[in-house]
Amino acid sequence: MALPLSSKITIIFSIFTILSTRFVSCNNGRRLNNDPLEAEFNSFSVPLEHSFEVDDVANFEVRGALVLKAGREPSVSLAQQQLSEYDRAKLKEVAAVDGLYRIRVPRVLLQADRQTERLMDGHLTAFVRACAMVESHLSDVITLHTDVAGHLIGVSIVTIPGACRGSEVEDEVDLEAFNTTLSIMAPVNAPGPETALFLERMELETEKKGKNPQEQKSFFAKYWMYIVPLVLFLMMSGAQDPSGGGAGGGAANGGGR
Amino acid sequence: MAKLIFLWLKCLVSCCIVEAVFEDQVGKFDWRQQYVGKIRFSHFDSHVQSSKKVLMATEKNVFAALNTRTGELFWRHVDKTGPEGNIDAFLLHGQDALLVVGNGRLLRSWDISVGGLNWEVVLDSGSFQSACLIGQQDTVKHVAVLKKTVISVHYLSNGHQKWIENLPESENIDYQALYSGGNGEVYVLGIVPHSHIAIVVYSMEDGEIIKQTSVEAPWLSNIQTSCAVVGQGMITCVDSLTMSLYTLDMHTQSKMTQIPLQSLGLEVTPHFHPVLVSHQPNAAHQPLSEFLLQLGPEHHLLLQLNSGQMVVLRDFKPALLASFATAGEKTVTAVMSPKNKTACSLSLFNAETGRRLLDTTQFLSIDPNVGKPESIYVQAFLKKDDSVSYRVLVQTEDHTLTFIHLPGRVMWTREEALSEVVTMEMVELPLTGTQAELEGEFGKKAAIQDGLLSMVLKRLSSQLILLQAWVSHLWKLFYDARKPRSQVKNEISIENLSRDEFNLQKMMVMVTASGKLFGIDSKTGSILWKQYLNNVPSNAAFKLMVQRTTAHFPHPPQCTLLIKDKDTGLATLHVFNPIFGKKSHITPPALTQPILQSLMLPLMDQDYAKVLLLIDDQYKVTAFPSSKNVLQQLQETASFIFFYLMDSSQGRLSGYRLRMDLSTEQIWEVIIPTEIQKVVTVKGKRSNEHVHSQGRVMGDRSVLYKYLNPNLLAVVTESTDVHQERSFIGILLIDGVTGRIIHEAVQRKAKGPVHVVHSENWVVYEYWSTKSRRNEFSVIELYEGMELYNSTVFSSLDRPHAPHVLQQSYIFPSAISAMEATLTEKGITSRHLLIGLPSGGILSLPKMFLDPRRPEIVSEQSREENLIPYAPELLIRTEWFINYNQSVSRVRGIHTAPSGLESTCLVVAYGLDIYQTRVYPSKQFDVLKDDYDYMLISSVLFALFFATMISKRLAEVKLLNRAWR
Repeated sequence: MALPLSSKITIIFSIFTILSTRFVSCNNGRRLNNDPLEAEFNSFSVPLEHSFEVDDVANFEVRGALVLKAGREPSVSLAQQQLSEYDRAKLKEVAAVDGLYRIRVPRVLLQADRQTERLMDGHLTAFVRACAMVESHLSDVITLHTDVAGHLIGVSIVTIPGACRGSEVEDEVDLEAFNTTLSIMAPVNAPGPETALFLERMELETEKKGKNPQEQKSFFAKYWMYIVPLVLFLMMSGAQDPSGGGAGGGAANGGGR
Repeated sequence: MAKLIFLWLKCLVSCCIVEAVFEDQVGKFDWRQQYVGKIRFSHFDSHVQSSKKVLMATEKNVFAALNTRTGELFWRHVDKTGPEGNIDAFLLHGQDALLVVGNGRLLRSWDISVGGLNWEVVLDSGSFQSACLIGQQDTVKHVAVLKKTVISVHYLSNGHQKWIENLPESENIDYQALYSGGNGEVYVLGIVPHSHIAIVVYSMEDGEIIKQTSVEAPWLSNIQTSCAVVGQGMITCVDSLTMSLYTLDMHTQSKMTQIPLQSLGLEVTPHFHPVLVSHQPNAAHQPLSEFLLQLGPEHHLLLQLNSGQMVVLRDFKPALLASFATAGEKTVTAVMSPKNKTACSLSLFNAETGRRLLDTTQFLSIDPNVGKPESIYVQAFLKKDDSVSYRVLVQTEDHTLTFIHLPGRVMWTREEALSEVVTMEMVELPLTGTQAELEGEFGKKAAIQDGLLSMVLKRLSSQLILLQAWVSHLWKLFYDARKPRSQVKNEISIENLSRDEFNLQKMMVMVTASGKLFGIDSKTGSILWKQYLNNVPSNAAFKLMVQRTTAHFPHPPQCTLLIKDKDTGLATLHVFNPIFGKKSHITPPALTQPILQSLMLPLMDQDYAKVLLLIDDQYKVTAFPSSKNVLQQLQETASFIFFYLMDSSQGRLSGYRLRMDLSTEQIWEVIIPTEIQKVVTVKGKRSNEHVHSQGRVMGDRSVLYKYLNPNLLAVVTESTDVHQERSFIGILLIDGVTGRIIHEAVQRKAKGPVHVVHSENWVVYEYWSTKSRRNEFSVIELYEGMELYNSTVFSSLDRPHAPHVLQQSYIFPSAISAMEATLTEKGITSRHLLIGLPSGGILSLPKMFLDPRRPEIVSEQSREENLIPYAPELLIRTEWFINYNQSVSRVRGIHTAPSGLESTCLVVAYGLDIYQTRVYPSKQFDVLKDDYDYMLISSVLFALFFATMISKRLAEVKLLNRAWR
């Protein structure tokens, strides 16, 4: 009983968000500045734009609004419109001529205190083949990348599946709403040499050795049953090939280490 | 038990990677050439009459002695690079060579006979101005060093300071020159530009100022470039504005005497700064009263200043170079004058009279491939009949040193341009004539045109040619066998150059900073051709590309060198044949716009030349070659041709796609803010790299697939904040086609210089850890996972899942100066990293040790997989040095090239020296050992054969007997 109810709520919520984003995108920006709530949560919105043209000349239009939330762990959410009928037709047309579907986001600094500091001039762009967009039924994965200071440095888009196989797509059903997976990635910290763990392991090993009296025996006493056959074997093989020179001889030398 | 297995593993590892050479293999597969660089100062050792040493201090901060008979190095001292090791002055006195190093930081004395250091003293701080030897009563016991504010005098015997004095009014007066006439006084000449000269005279004994005068000289701006001390303490200056010579007797006069050049009937070439050269054969005596004056690029004069009278002894016009030299008591002037375009003459003149000496004129031919002579260093000596003879060391524009003996005989040449190799390629040698003949027979064109009969005839004729070649080869073998072994020499020349069985011998095409190209045989290191490009700007960047290899007979191989002026971005192309060095008759396109990027496409034109695309600053693309065929192919494939541009000043990395009409469109853009970090390196993969296995077999027999993206770029950034707590290094892995950031990592508390190697599915980089103050290595490996997305073909446009990224870091006990990975024909052989160390060693470090899957805790599976347990430190083992004791100074780059043998990789390390060798990362698994026992194996085979025959016979007899029974 609870399951369908919750799903209904989600649908309603999503419709609500779609409606509200339409509203937001109508009077972009200005409203956000005045909204005290937004500033309090330290989140702000930037437009996500896309472009797909038959002649491949970029002409960016608003696709949705990215709501970025700064903080220790920055997060992002996206509110976007459905594709209009005209756009759907155009997208299919672009896909037919193997054109590109491009997106762009403005460059922003996430960790700034004031709105004016956030926006920097210039955009970050990425693309997928329009046919991949169509054939994946608008299921795309958009990733935003930031640098250590929180500048947005790059955006990437892929579709799942990514291939263009030329399969037919029913535009009404499949090309209406975007099915976007969105994430924001900060650089990971590369590991340094793991000295502490290694030392710990060494210590553990020596401790173990100390505990076990059997291990106290000398190396030769412990492994004489392996060493004697090995030595015998080496002597035998050495007798056959006394010169032992050449490149292959190097192996014997190294083995002796 | 675990310990034992660990030991076994260790054993196994060391078995796999040992690759030291044996004593009898030294120099068999490798060679080294040592260079010194362009000469800054040079003196001949005149201490001993029969000395064969020439000493030189070079721009590369090298101090060396060469054998004048052979041109080989006696000894060489390589100092630090950059201004710290800069040699400011070089004075020679008898056995001792005095060097001032590092802008007056150090004063060193070397014993030139063995090249040992006598002593070294650290001088007071202050920028160096001048140094000179000080003589007193016919002996020279001191050296004076002049700095901005102080003058100090040191004993020659031990370097101890005799005295040090502050210079008066040093904040106003720019002290520039030192002079000592051998009378116990030291003259310091200073200048207030366009005002006056200040002369301070110190007593040699205690450093007391004896005299201090100032002389009006409003026309003078620099003493060092315009003045010289001539004769009995006469300062002589030349000024091009007033067209005059000025003289001043430092002892008596207080005003300069002007001698207009016109009064001597002379004239300065417009826009030429005249140069005065005086000569002081012995520091204990006064300089000669004769001096050289250069008034134009090809105009020299020998003048004499005698009791205030200026006399022109001889006018050398045209004369390229002139220089003084002393033999015993006689001083001569050597003058080089141009004869015609390909030759010039050298003559000696008596310095006192200006008369030409008999039998001293020699003619030198000037190779058009070496450039103009730049400087000459003359070694004059007295013959038995007391006449003067000489040898001369000529340095030309392309940094070639030529040593010439009297009748115009070239004793040796050294190509010092090779001390600064910028880039290189290894090109396969062509087939021999007979091989080419066979190749031609089965060529495509021939098969279509000819009928059956002519094909048969052709086959017969080629077989005949082969037979003939074989017979002549046998004859040669027979002939050589009769000669003593020492006389048989395999001279390699450009004519008999051909590919060997395993393609181990290649042509090394080297591009040097001076703009000279070399073709070097990789087996012997002999220079087979050289070509000097004389229109190369001094700050040029080079990119060498092989457009057509030797595989397309009868089309000649073709290399293209892109020469780009770093300031203006304007570029030119030089197209040449890499085997013979000849300039190709193909005219490259004229490039009028600055070039941003160049890329080689795998597309070929009808003549099998790969297509080179050049992108200019208008984002227009020029194709070379640009035949119809190429343009058509480009139009067809335009939508699959992507390229990237890096603008590091703005941190902008952008991707472009080619359009049908050869214009481009921007398709992606990544901007790395320059306030935080700046991009230092962008490194793609090598185009000729092959990866044999798609994945790695894990301990449980499943396969971990590698992420093999040929378009992946490794972008390395360094933080602009250099504070040791906040500095970091960023590594971005970006797909060059889609601009997708595959991985982004920062190495905190680290700084550069970063060395990166990017290959297969891994990136290895080395950096300096500011926190732990050590060098560290880090390796990133990319894996697709347990299953492959699309196993048939890789496309950047269709690879939606991000790869798994593994990373591990290690401590490395040394700094490094260059790094490269080995490369083999098919990529089956395991990879090694070749690391050039500042100590001169080249380390071959197995990639196995740089593997992020090295487990911290050993498990059954990792043991199964042969993974080495993680240890934070990478050790340097001496047997990993591939160049044993052949140290390579200042390695700047390592070039690797595959050979025809899968096990073998050719390596060239270049820097100040050049070292070539072969490495076998997985040992020589495809070659029989040198000492392979053919006798044993064949005797065993024969024995077995006979044994079977006999036993067969016996068995037959037995069967027969049984049948009878």
